[in-house]
Amino acid sequence: MSASIHDTARAGHGGGEDHAHHPSGIMRWVMTTNHKDIGTMYLCFSFAMFLVGGLMAFIIRTELFQPGLQFVAPDFFNQMTTLHGLIMVFGAIMPAFVGFANWQIPMMIGAPDMAFPRMNNWSFWLLPPAALLLVISLFVPGGGPAAGWTMYVPLATQMGPGMDFSIFAVHILGMSSIMGSINIITTILNLRAPGMTMMKLPMFCWTWLITAYLLLAVMPVLAGAVTMILTDRHFGTSFFNAAGGGDPVLYQHIFWFFGHPEVYIIAIPAFGVISQVIPAFSRKPLFGYTAMVYATASIAILSFIVWAHHMYTAGMPVTGQVYFMYATMLIAVPTGVKVFNWVATMWKGSLTFETPMLFAVGFLFMFTMGGFSGLVLSMAAVDVQVHDTYYVVAHFHYVMVAGALFSAFAGVYFWLPKWTGRMYDETLGKWHFWLSMVFFNMTFFVQHFLGLAGMPRRVPDYALQFADFNMISSIGSMGFGVSQVLLPYIVYKAVRHGAKAPQRPWDGADTLEWTHLPAPAPYHSFETPPVVK
Amino acid sequence: MRHRMATSASCVLLAGFPGLASAADRWNMQAPASIVAQDIYDLHMLMMGIIVVIFVAVFAVMFYSVFAHRRSKGHQAAQFHENTTVELVWTIVPLIILILMAWPATRTLLLLRDTSNPDITIKVTGYQWKWGYDYLGGEGEGISFVSALATSRDQIQGTVPKGEHYLLEVDNPLVVPLGKKIRILATGSDVIHSWWVPALGIKQDAIPGFVRDTWFRADKEGTFRGQCAELCGKDHGFMPVVVEVVSAEKYSAWVGEQKKMAARADDPNKTWTLADLMARGAKVYAANCMACHQANGQGVRGTFPALDGSKAVSGPKVDQISMVLNGKQGTAMAAFGKQLSDSEIAAVITYTRNSWGNKTGEAIQPAEVRAQRK
Ligand code: HEC
Ligand code: HEM
Ligand SMILES: [Cu+2]
Ligand SMILES: [Cu+2]
Repeated sequence: MSASIHDTARAGHGGGEDHAHHPSGIMRWVMTTNHKDIGTMYLCFSFAMFLVGGLMAFIIRTELFQPGLQFVAPDFFNQMTTLHGLIMVFGAIMPAFVGFANWQIPMMIGAPDMAFPRMNNWSFWLLPPAALLLVISLFVPGGGPAAGWTMYVPLATQMGPGMDFSIFAVHILGMSSIMGSINIITTILNLRAPGMTMMKLPMFCWTWLITAYLLLAVMPVLAGAVTMILTDRHFGTSFFNAAGGGDPVLYQHIFWFFGHPEVYIIAIPAFGVISQVIPAFSRKPLFGYTAMVYATASIAILSFIVWAHHMYTAGMPVTGQVYFMYATMLIAVPTGVKVFNWVATMWKGSLTFETPMLFAVGFLFMFTMGGFSGLVLSMAAVDVQVHDTYYVVAHFHYVMVAGALFSAFAGVYFWLPKWTGRMYDETLGKWHFWLSMVFFNMTFFVQHFLGLAGMPRRVPDYALQFADFNMISSIGSMGFGVSQVLLPYIVYKAVRHGAKAPQRPWDGADTLEWTHLPAPAPYHSFETPPVVK
Repeated sequence: MRHRMATSASCVLLAGFPGLASAADRWNMQAPASIVAQDIYDLHMLMMGIIVVIFVAVFAVMFYSVFAHRRSKGHQAAQFHENTTVELVWTIVPLIILILMAWPATRTLLLLRDTSNPDITIKVTGYQWKWGYDYLGGEGEGISFVSALATSRDQIQGTVPKGEHYLLEVDNPLVVPLGKKIRILATGSDVIHSWWVPALGIKQDAIPGFVRDTWFRADKEGTFRGQCAELCGKDHGFMPVVVEVVSAEKYSAWVGEQKKMAARADDPNKTWTLADLMARGAKVYAANCMACHQANGQGVRGTFPALDGSKAVSGPKVDQISMVLNGKQGTAMAAFGKQLSDSEIAAVITYTRNSWGNKTGEAIQPAEVRAQRK
């Protein structure tokens, strides 16, 4: 602890806008230990990965535009679905929220910087090599990994060296996440301004604290699982090989013990952003703060005991299925509490609908749809029908795209004035929202029908009765992709030509970064901690 | 939510236009043809009903607020932000609804998993990329065959028009009698597959090294189509499942025919001519090897080795027989000894040793293959 205080104190000594002691040019970014610089790099990296993953989605949807094989071979198609999943989950969504954590947590709790600034630098700079490994894997003999982002064995054991590249990438990404989590936990627990008790912590910080514990608990599990694949592949072990006394289903248990908490690692910080945005634009405090904290914690705890709902068809004792079904249904209760509290926050507020609020309301509406399809999936008997179909694809895109991604968009528009000192173009922001909303639903709503009617997922071609909805979905996805070009343009335009932002552009926003820091926020957030009453 | 409305809307439509009946299947689960599938269907509809009601209620409140509590309408923000009673209510009420939902969900699950007292037991084996069926018990015991995609490559590539059952048709469908309880034992030979027939309400992963069971009792005659539901490599999208449900009499007739065919099956002691082996081998190759090693024997660089010019193919025949019989652990090359007869293996090996650039001139006889079986 003392070392980190020393570190941050020293980093703070230049003061205010004075960058004289920092390397300039590219080295500024390579060497930086500043939470804002690192936050910016996380966000830019995440957007770049979003484009790469998006390009893969574009290839997938182009092939699926019509029945028949038109553009890519099945093997390459599988590489695209696999890398799309890995890149979106580990490269786009997770780093985006770590970027928000970096920018916002010190500012929201009245700290000068993160607790371990050097480790912060390191945890970011691990990401580009990992991403590079994933992309390079496409060019090794045999191509990229094609076993799905879930990397089920024995298929993953069959892959070429591309699989080893992704295993290594997952190791590195895991290290990065673990370091990031240690940093976030330490910062929140130790660097809060005087008077900021845990129960005064902004909701966004609470959600990240909980998420960081989830990450610490499950990233090593994933690393273990993929390492076991690696030794099965190359060193003659048989963890997952039945012929050698192992069990392929064991891998699924380990993977989903990581995988289900992982979906909440993605969702919970998104809840955090929404819990800041909705009160700000309702001009009313968050309803049921205490209940929200407990609900988030219960979701996190429950997320450890429901993993086998991804394995209803893998075969397990019926008592096991019944247990996992009940436990999964239970998660709907705290999730419901969160939704009700958000709606109650809006109730009798004084609402305005600037872009961040639009995305937040979009989130609320569509995340709830994803939650409901999750409830349908939790019923083991129904899941037997729709497992591994497009229904599941629709479900997790409602929670991950309309959920997590929309919340990230809300966060960007919400905090951009604080970050850059400039206002974005409200009209363009609204266009971004409405285009995303319409095309998202066009892409994914129809996939519910496809799944129910019997179209399996991860297939490059399909029977003729699925043609109409696939075509609608493909057109929607192109529209969604093109609409996203607006985001970098809006950010660029704001930075270059935006009107100067006041310190507190949203009159309902009342956390420390709005009440105490000018816009743009100074390089070192709080050199003397504010006192929170 | 919109499903249900769409379904009821399409039901109204269908009453007028029976010709559109099949359209309903596009919006919702396929028309059930077994009691389990019917239960699942009903459970899903019930769930959707409850969900739609809750969804509409919650978002009616939200949208009311969106319209009525706007600042532009001069609405002043109230400052309330806590109420333990409401928190308790909206924790406990959903809990009660869930407990009520759990009852039918559990009942259907228990029905789905009750594999006791089957009339017929069939082992289903997933291969990359086809299904093997072995009738283990009940009428038809001993029948065994492999079922692969029947759609032509030309249809897939789009050089000829696609047929009605594009991608959902096989050479040898699974045939079962109406109204009999069929127990399925699923296993995999190489990677995990999943045997899925939506209309029968049955999906079971086929896991190498393990056997898992499930069951169905078809209550309608007809042909029911499904697909492999677990990613199993390159041709995962091209290994459909087709089940033909026929009357008891037709089933007995089918069993009789299968038995006769089995009796006629190749005499393993026969000596074949090179030309016969080549002709037979070309067929076996197309059905079993072409997906990986390709029609021109060139394989796929980096993934599947070329057989054209391969040392393994021009080298000692015992090595190649052993490779095809036993496969190679840890690679996609499966042990074909379990799927193919001695004559088929002899034929396909002869074919690969005398096709493309390979010209050994050797004819491998079934007896040689049998000698190498362990
Ligand atoms: C699922 C894909 C797949 C199928 C189907 C398949 N093979 Fe293979 N085959 C492979 C792979 C992969 C190897 C390379 C194994 C290794 O790493 O040594 C291989 C290797 C071989 C070899 C050795 C080639 C060499 O140069 O080492 C022969 C011979 C062979 N296969 C014959 C066949 C025959 C005959 C069939 C059809 C009955 C067949 N294969 C079907 C994937 C397949
Ligand atoms: C009410 C809450 C939720 C419930 C009850 C629920 C339930 C389920 C169930 C049962 C499955 C397995 C379906 C199958 O494979 O057959 C599933 C899949 C999935 N869920 Fe959820 N879910 C919920 C929320 C979320 C959230 C918040 C996220 C992420 C932000 C998420 C992401 C996913 C993903 C990625 C999959 C697919 C995994 C795969 O097979 O590739 N879910 N969900
Ligand atoms: Cu889950
Ligand atoms: Cu498959």
